[in-house]
Amino acid sequence: MANTMKINGLTVEIHDEKNVLELIRKVGIEMPTLCYQPSLSIYGACRLCMVETSRGSLDAACSMAPRAGMEIYTNTRRLRKYRKGILELLMANHDRDCTACEKNGNCKLQELCYLYGLRDIRFQNLAPNPEEDRSSPSIIRNAHKCILCGACVRMCDEIQGVGAIYYTGRSSKVKITTAFDHPLAESPCVGCGQCASVCPTGAITIRNDIGRIWRALDDKDSVVSVQVAPAVRVAIGKELGLGNDNDAMGRTVAALRALGFDEVYDTSTTADLTVLEEANEFLQKVQSGDTKMPLFTSCCPGWIQYAEKKYPELLPYISTCRSPMQMFASILHETHKNGEKKHFHVAVMPCTAKKFEAKRPEYQLDGQDPVDAVITTKELIDMIRGSGIVFKELVPEAVDMPFSLATGAGVIFGVTGGVTEAVLRYVSTDKSKTALDAIAYTGVRGLEGVKETTIPFGEGELKIAIVSGLGNTGKLIEKIKNGDVHYDFVEVMACPGGCINGAGQPYHDKPKTVENRSKALYGADKMFSLRSSEMNPVMNELYEGVLKGKVHELLHVHYGHKE
Amino acid sequence: MKLNNRKELIALRKEYIAARSKELKKILVCTGTGCMASGSMDIYNKLAQLIKDNNIVCELALVKDPHSDDIRMCKTGCTGFCEMGPLVRIEPQGWLYTKVKVEDCDEIIEKTILGGELVERLAYKLNGTVYCERKHIPFYEKQHRMVLEHCGEIDPESIEEYLAVGGYEALEKALFEMTPDEIVQEVSDSNLRGRGGGGFPCGYKWSQVKRQKEFPKYVVCNGDEGDPGAFMDRSVMESDPHRMLEGMLIAAVATGATEAYIYVRAEYPLAVSRLANAIRQAEELGIMGDNILGTNISVHFHINRGAGAFVCGEGSALTGSIEGKRGMPRTKPPRTVEHGLFDKPTVLNNVETFANVADIVKNGAQWYKKIGPENSPGAKTFALSGNVVNAGLIEVPMGTTLREVIYDIGGGMRGGKKFKAVQIGGPSGGCLTEEELDMPLDFDSLKKAGAIIGSGGLVAMDEDTCMVEVARFFMNFTQKESCGKCTPCREGTRRMLEILERIVNGEGRDGDIELLEELSDVISNTALCGLGKTAPSPVVSTIQKFRKEYEAHIYDKRCPAGVCKKLIPIQIDPTLCKGCSKCARGCPVGAITGELKSPYHINPEVCIKCGACITTCPFHAIKEG
Repeated sequence: MANTMKINGLTVEIHDEKNVLELIRKVGIEMPTLCYQPSLSIYGACRLCMVETSRGSLDAACSMAPRAGMEIYTNTRRLRKYRKGILELLMANHDRDCTACEKNGNCKLQELCYLYGLRDIRFQNLAPNPEEDRSSPSIIRNAHKCILCGACVRMCDEIQGVGAIYYTGRSSKVKITTAFDHPLAESPCVGCGQCASVCPTGAITIRNDIGRIWRALDDKDSVVSVQVAPAVRVAIGKELGLGNDNDAMGRTVAALRALGFDEVYDTSTTADLTVLEEANEFLQKVQSGDTKMPLFTSCCPGWIQYAEKKYPELLPYISTCRSPMQMFASILHETHKNGEKKHFHVAVMPCTAKKFEAKRPEYQLDGQDPVDAVITTKELIDMIRGSGIVFKELVPEAVDMPFSLATGAGVIFGVTGGVTEAVLRYVSTDKSKTALDAIAYTGVRGLEGVKETTIPFGEGELKIAIVSGLGNTGKLIEKIKNGDVHYDFVEVMACPGGCINGAGQPYHDKPKTVENRSKALYGADKMFSLRSSEMNPVMNELYEGVLKGKVHELLHVHYGHKE
Repeated sequence: MKLNNRKELIALRKEYIAARSKELKKILVCTGTGCMASGSMDIYNKLAQLIKDNNIVCELALVKDPHSDDIRMCKTGCTGFCEMGPLVRIEPQGWLYTKVKVEDCDEIIEKTILGGELVERLAYKLNGTVYCERKHIPFYEKQHRMVLEHCGEIDPESIEEYLAVGGYEALEKALFEMTPDEIVQEVSDSNLRGRGGGGFPCGYKWSQVKRQKEFPKYVVCNGDEGDPGAFMDRSVMESDPHRMLEGMLIAAVATGATEAYIYVRAEYPLAVSRLANAIRQAEELGIMGDNILGTNISVHFHINRGAGAFVCGEGSALTGSIEGKRGMPRTKPPRTVEHGLFDKPTVLNNVETFANVADIVKNGAQWYKKIGPENSPGAKTFALSGNVVNAGLIEVPMGTTLREVIYDIGGGMRGGKKFKAVQIGGPSGGCLTEEELDMPLDFDSLKKAGAIIGSGGLVAMDEDTCMVEVARFFMNFTQKESCGKCTPCREGTRRMLEILERIVNGEGRDGDIELLEELSDVISNTALCGLGKTAPSPVVSTIQKFRKEYEAHIYDKRCPAGVCKKLIPIQIDPTLCKGCSKCARGCPVGAITGELKSPYHINPEVCIKCGACITTCPFHAIKEG
């Protein structure tokens, strides 16, 4: 038993675990942590994952390398005392109004305090109650609930490469804020919300727009339509009692109708439209010989903001296609604008940056925002729960005509590589099932941050890069700008793994969850009889109908440079 | 001039040794920070002016062939006796003039320089004895100066003088007579322990860095000296910068490092400028930089100024700060020896440790081990401050007892007061009491007594000191200097300070001592870095040794030392009070009552001890205590 160590007397084999914490969790022992996030660097600040060695010394398991012969204990009298002591210290300055907190029930700190029996806090709460930063349409920051675990800082910097926030001050005056304490909206923040997805407390939350939706639903003089993004269907079920991440679009549609929405649509339909528009734009660009820089996709609003703030020189190379959400909204605006009732359009998105996108003036039609409100998957879950709808008892329903048809190509938009795969299916000359299935194995699938593929084109071939996570994107852009690499097409998703891991999805801290959602989305694709976007008969109807003569106005957009 | 080989260095050194030996008459003016602050530069300038006016032949720098009748005037570094500054020393007599003023200069030139007579009123006096010669002054007599050997003897801005006292001989030996392994072995054998506080064996650290296969390697000198009561590192950097640089060079040669960084706090501008000057001089001579003395070894020096955060004295925070990051300790492993500065193998020692190296290499480990106890050999500098007669910077062999330091060198307590305790090791240290006066000062003995050598700060306190207030003072420091990263240090020290504040304000509650002990336990066991882990030490040791004082504050609402203002009752002396009512009318809380023309009375329950009545009473009838 050369490479083993003992955890609570149990002999455990050491493999390639980065730290003792991973090994402890692997053998099924739950350890309290607040600052540890598997995808981020080790910070070691919360001091909750302390373990005791056989010699009586204490150290944090997150920053301990497993060594053969090591003997540790995870639940000794001293450890219990210290854990409780640390939690008490954290809670002493924390905003303890838990019932009124957005994170209530989903808060790691709350959960640990409950688990470790913290019932009495002997210190007075002296923390100033600062005003929330509500400047961003996507994210709300409340410093009073911040425990300085630094997960947001690391996420923003290490994974997203944005670096909008950092620590300032010393000792008990440390806080996490933007440069010069500017409002978040005026910082390099792109609204991706990944900070909120790792925040263990309610210090960073996603703006809640449920109230506006209810007001519209209650208004008898409004027609309320809703579109549901592809990634929503694979994240909603588990939270609502289905027990897995499988495609729950049918029940979601039924729930939305039960909530009172008049028209329910699937964003996958306009994802198909995006494929056609973007592929044509791409082919035109390639044929025109303008191949120095690649064509970047434009579906992801976090990426658009990142480009505007960090690489404004790249804006001319970003596809002019509106995002699928905006395409759908444009079409609905066009079909409803002369209606008797007011039209209110809602988008259910896995994304927090979409809340910002909905307010962009570039998208306005007839002086109106085509999308009136964006809610996240989580907000929809809250609405369903709050309405007493028992999700798992619902009978799945189909979306409304005339846009009821979508293809598998549109559905896979929700995962990194999906847009590219959809475009490849469209440009493929062989439309047989085997040929379309084979595209999955060209390197477009998988949750890796950067993927590459090539397709034959004319005499030569076209080089495609697929990147997710803005940190990866920044690195790739630098390489492209330096001329180290050349691509013809680059698909960018701001969130690692794509929309399925958007910050609007239910809170999770397991990498496995993203994998399951990805599998479920590819599974959903298989259920469609139509697999390539141009096969969607709705497309033809649209081009012949509402879009006739208005393709450019309704489906394309130009972004201005931001200082 | 660039020295191309060993021979040239030896020849140059020989010249300067010969030159220095001819310098017989000397005026040494201390220009350490302490003396400078009390005007030693004015004294130096005045003396120079007078020398010129009197047509005295005088050299202001070491010249190659001085005449033995010439006078040499020299700006030296700190001699440690800061209490008595500004200091002027006259050689060859060895007379030390203390508390010299500009007005004294005429007399010094006239009587001493021209007349060869002592100006007795400027000599040091203690208990009726006049000490003319420096070496007989008890403050110096009991010391064993190794690291501080040249402090106050040579001009810190002159590499020539450093060479003249045998400078860079050790480097020469390391470069030309020893293999890197032998250097590391010699330092290991000497059992030199890190002077930064922890006492980690220096040779072991070097051997670990030497083993690393990754390059470049770095040598980093920690000159951050965050304890406000310690100033030995500053003194070495200001008074003998080449000694430290030589130690760093040897470390680089031994471990294969090619870049050396010195992290000095920006509050030490003199140290920064003297180091920069020393580096420039050594580079010009080819002692550092590319191809040192014609070898293929190159070491480049850089100075980094720290912004004064206490936590930047912690290794990983310091290297982070050099890299331009926030000064914040990181989790270990990886250790600094593997992934230190710029993620590369790094030797990180403090100023005093490096300053010990040259002597060890030059004289051998066996010589070094003869000084002090076996497990803590060598001498140690202490910054002696507080209520002692002779405050200043001292160096004694490890194992010297506290009594010798306080009474023999420090001259006992000021004003004949009774000794109560010393706080040793700075804000992370603990206190030692009268019972521990005969304890030897070394790493292991102190650890057993719940204190540490730490920064080497030694604050002596007399019977008028309130130990709760002392604990509050240090906690206030560590709390404000916490980097704020880990929960126990950030939140725990704030709560400990809160409790200590309420105790000294007379608002202590039953259970506060136990709560302090509980918090100390949590913090010292769970904090991320050494600074956090030791933050509660002053509280722990004062509770342990002066628990009764805490209890008096909490339960009797009384400060036994009479320090805590809020706990001193204000009383009206009925024999002096004329009953004018002025105090009662001025009292902001209406605590004073009485009838006109008869003595007034203060209700202690209502009184907020603002002291307004004391200042308004025309008859001085109201007093504290």
